[in-house]
Amino acid sequence: MRYLPKSPAERQEMLATIGAATIDDLFASIPQRYRLREALKLPGPFSESEVIDFFKARAAENSLGHTSFLGAGVYNHLRSVVTDAIIQRGEFLTSYTPYQAEITQGTLQAIFEFQTLMCQLTGQEVANASMYDGSTAATEAVLMAERVTGRSRVLVARSVHPEYREVLNTYARNSGLLVEELPYAANGTLDHQALHAALKNDVAAVLVQSPNFFGVLEPLAPLAVMAHGHGALLAVAITEAVSLGLVSPPVEADIVAMEAQSFGLAPSYGGPFAGVVAAKEKFVRQMPGRLAGQTVDAAGNRGFVLTLATREQHIRREKATSNICTNQALCALAATVHLTLLGKEGLREMAQQNLSKAQFALAELEKVPGVRRAFDAPFFNEFTVELPRSVKLVNAYLLRDKIVGPFVLGQLYPELTKHALVCVTETTPRSEIERFAASLRRALEQPL
Amino acid sequence: MAYPTNYRYTKEHEWVSLQGDIATIGITDYAQHELGDVVFAEVPKAGAKIEAGKTFGTVESVKAVSDIYAPASGEVTEANALLQNTPEKINADPHGEGWLIKIKLSNPAEVGSLMDAAAYEAYIASQAKEASA
Amino acid sequence: MTDKIKKATRHTNQNEGLIFEKSLPGKRAFELPPLDVPAADPAKALGAHHRKEGVEGFPEVSEIEVIRHFTRLSTWNYAIDLGMYPLGSCTMKYNPRVNEFVARLEGLATEHPYQPNELSQGCLKILQLLEKCLLEITGMDAVTLQPAAGAQGELVGLLLIRAHHTKNGNPRKKVLIPDSAHGTNPATAVIAGYEVENIKSESHGQVDVAKLRDQVTPDVAALMVTNPSTLGIFEQRIPEIADILHSKGALLYMDGANMNALTGITRPGDLGVDVMHLNLHKTFSTPHGGGGPGAGPVAMKKILEPYRPIPILLEKENGRLVREFNRPDSIGKVKAFGGNFGVLVRALAYILAYGPGVRQATEDAVLNANYIRKRLEGTFDLPYSLPSMHEVVFSDALQKKNGVNTMDIAKRLIDYGFHPYTTAFPLIVPGALMIEPTESESREECDLFIDAMRSIAEEVAQTPELVKTAPHTTRVRRLDETAAARKPILRWKPAEPRSKAAD
Repeated sequence: MRYLPKSPAERQEMLATIGAATIDDLFASIPQRYRLREALKLPGPFSESEVIDFFKARAAENSLGHTSFLGAGVYNHLRSVVTDAIIQRGEFLTSYTPYQAEITQGTLQAIFEFQTLMCQLTGQEVANASMYDGSTAATEAVLMAERVTGRSRVLVARSVHPEYREVLNTYARNSGLLVEELPYAANGTLDHQALHAALKNDVAAVLVQSPNFFGVLEPLAPLAVMAHGHGALLAVAITEAVSLGLVSPPVEADIVAMEAQSFGLAPSYGGPFAGVVAAKEKFVRQMPGRLAGQTVDAAGNRGFVLTLATREQHIRREKATSNICTNQALCALAATVHLTLLGKEGLREMAQQNLSKAQFALAELEKVPGVRRAFDAPFFNEFTVELPRSVKLVNAYLLRDKIVGPFVLGQLYPELTKHALVCVTETTPRSEIERFAASLRRALEQPL
Repeated sequence: MAYPTNYRYTKEHEWVSLQGDIATIGITDYAQHELGDVVFAEVPKAGAKIEAGKTFGTVESVKAVSDIYAPASGEVTEANALLQNTPEKINADPHGEGWLIKIKLSNPAEVGSLMDAAAYEAYIASQAKEASA
Repeated sequence: MTDKIKKATRHTNQNEGLIFEKSLPGKRAFELPPLDVPAADPAKALGAHHRKEGVEGFPEVSEIEVIRHFTRLSTWNYAIDLGMYPLGSCTMKYNPRVNEFVARLEGLATEHPYQPNELSQGCLKILQLLEKCLLEITGMDAVTLQPAAGAQGELVGLLLIRAHHTKNGNPRKKVLIPDSAHGTNPATAVIAGYEVENIKSESHGQVDVAKLRDQVTPDVAALMVTNPSTLGIFEQRIPEIADILHSKGALLYMDGANMNALTGITRPGDLGVDVMHLNLHKTFSTPHGGGGPGAGPVAMKKILEPYRPIPILLEKENGRLVREFNRPDSIGKVKAFGGNFGVLVRALAYILAYGPGVRQATEDAVLNANYIRKRLEGTFDLPYSLPSMHEVVFSDALQKKNGVNTMDIAKRLIDYGFHPYTTAFPLIVPGALMIEPTESESREECDLFIDAMRSIAEEVAQTPELVKTAPHTTRVRRLDETAAARKPILRWKPAEPRSKAAD
């Protein structure tokens, strides 16, 4: 087998050195009756080309050849081939967690650069080396607020991504955290009156998302004032990080939980992605996840180490701030490379293209009879429209034109029966936007 | 380092020094030596109540965290402000400048039952013997 | 010294600052195609939300600078592609390159998790096949591929256990955890809402069955066991342990970190395990990437199946695969958008490459570990004499006499061109040296490792100072971790402009 670097002769010699007659002798500690007598029933063995053929055949059974208008937390953005050229280097790809700093300065310095970029983007003072994804980052942000304030009630906007809220609920159910959801107002942002009514001095955090699940931007300053007035923290989740190229950073937030998938990570049917928790410096000892810190060595050279490790599971064990062991290092590295490629101007230009294309798409769709814009508030690259009929039926029609239609909001917000969440990024050509509008027009003209 | 004879000591390596009914509490030289370079100390603020035998804070080095157990019960009157920016005081002067908190004792009798310097020194000598056995 | 070190070493000499330190206004590394729609006015569109300036401090460099910067950084890293990692319980095996290729295929990397099922049959078939393979390997009845890593898998396992007990009327209060366990075990138990009760190992480092009998009360929800133990030794009485737990209505959770010793040889399901997680980035070759991503699928017996995270994969009559969300007893989700699909693809590619012959990987892993054990016995103290499986744990007892401990030896190993083994774990062995070579190591690499360790042992006897002050050949040496923790510097900041007063 090509992954095993031993010749049969070597195996024999090694057994002789050990003093065992056969390899089975080395498994004597497993009681006989539990040792498998037959090989496992698994497909294969496949040569390299057979492995490739198998997966190519699966790839052909998916959505190749379609144009998608889906966002809803996972976004199609341009990705440079330079990123793969870097992250495919064996020294990055096959390296271990940087616990031995002397021989992992490459990883550690890259993490330090990632942490810096995340702070610059979000306007926060410290950022960690990444969490599994945005949904777990948002959950960890809430748990962090619980630790900081010593309170256990959390107010979450319903306009936060439904899957993020589900993940939070799964963790909350087992930790005594009380999660209450707050409604959205007519314009799609968090209902301030509802927040005011719910805020008491027992709230650890108010969690919102901006741009929120409907695509709409939340005004954070008044939310911060309200939260802080009751001793609660403001936690802001961001699922579309490219927005930060043109949208003001959430400096009013105490904790930011961001998904970095938009920065050079393929959608890949849902993962792996990379979440980040960024916060004010005073909260750093309550932050979950790995942190790379700058220091000097014995000769005075600058170097980097994992630091504040006493927060983590391998030392605190049951008192750890989180049980996280892995971060998403290679994904964070991809995001770091991607962002250094984009740079200040590139990110701004990418954001500008997203904004422009989304505005154009909205204008085109509003020309279609029966299509109405919902939620009158500023948006970035996603917006909600209301159709005169079921979005599911419309999408079935669009599929025949090889268009993957917008997200059906009604499946997660029963009151939004005919609403669709449209996402347009810099990767959507104008011609496809126009084709989408035309196809939608025909779909709505079909007899019911 | 000599162990001040007017202090009292616990098996968890805390020391207590009395001024009337105000007790100053810290960790011993043995404890700081075991921990290594202290990077952070988490202690309660003035007004907090602590209970004898229960943990009231932690002292961290790079690789370890140590719980600190209250040698006696009372209300915290002061936390050592120096620890915020110079936690290394705990290493340099564990019985002096590296003190952790001062409390107003609620039950002064508790202190009397703690070890004196001689008993503590004998205790850590026996610990060292066990460790190298 | 140079003729003793036979392995290739790293290029340590070039300096490379932070990318921000190379940044200058006007440099660009990436260009977008021209905008093909009218440009929107961001001030008008975003109003008060408009970020008027670009992100302050963001790098401005060219493409070649990006390539050089990260290439240089990479040369400072050790990696599996360079040589062995003897890290116990990490299973640092070869990351096959075909796995990287297939994960990047158009039609796999490009798929959106919300696209309709009818456009995702290829992805769903991959998930279904992986599920089937993992069930065959573990001997379990059902599996979830959602957890993003081992620690998340542990959490899901405990939440499944909790859901089961709750459904039966009483969630119970405690989880028993051996003192030899990995730190994620107690951390996870607490997050799942349980109290942790430690159970001391007996003299051979195995679970103390007599103590277990006493400690399993109606308050105990489960025992979390690692098998082989973190000492690399098979828990011989595990079927008995399962019986004891089951007789009191408690469940047996197995931490699957050490599956590299069991795959194709025995199956945890057959041993009485109720639920376990797997680390795909360990046993199933997905790359560590400097610390992630991973994946931690959880396999379980039928009794826990109804509580699986949603969605689950179902096959309809016509062979179509769908994702089913309507599962009233589910514990919910632990991660948005399903599992780490890209990692799951890589693991399946690994399994398909081996097929039924995957047993040979396990045999070679155990062969390597025992070979190293045999040849280092006597040079290093072996605290537990029971047979080792895929990893061996020594202690520094013999070297302590010269004032040298396991950390020092590990650092000196770096000078010989290796990554250190796992130090100071498991906690039940003071001064532990935990060594797991994996099946990816050739005999030559094993011999180089053995020679290096023997040479270091000699140095400990002759020139201990050399070992205590190691490493000597790395780019940076003895980084000040204390300063890093006392005054953390966690980001780059531009230099302060000199104030007028200072001039």
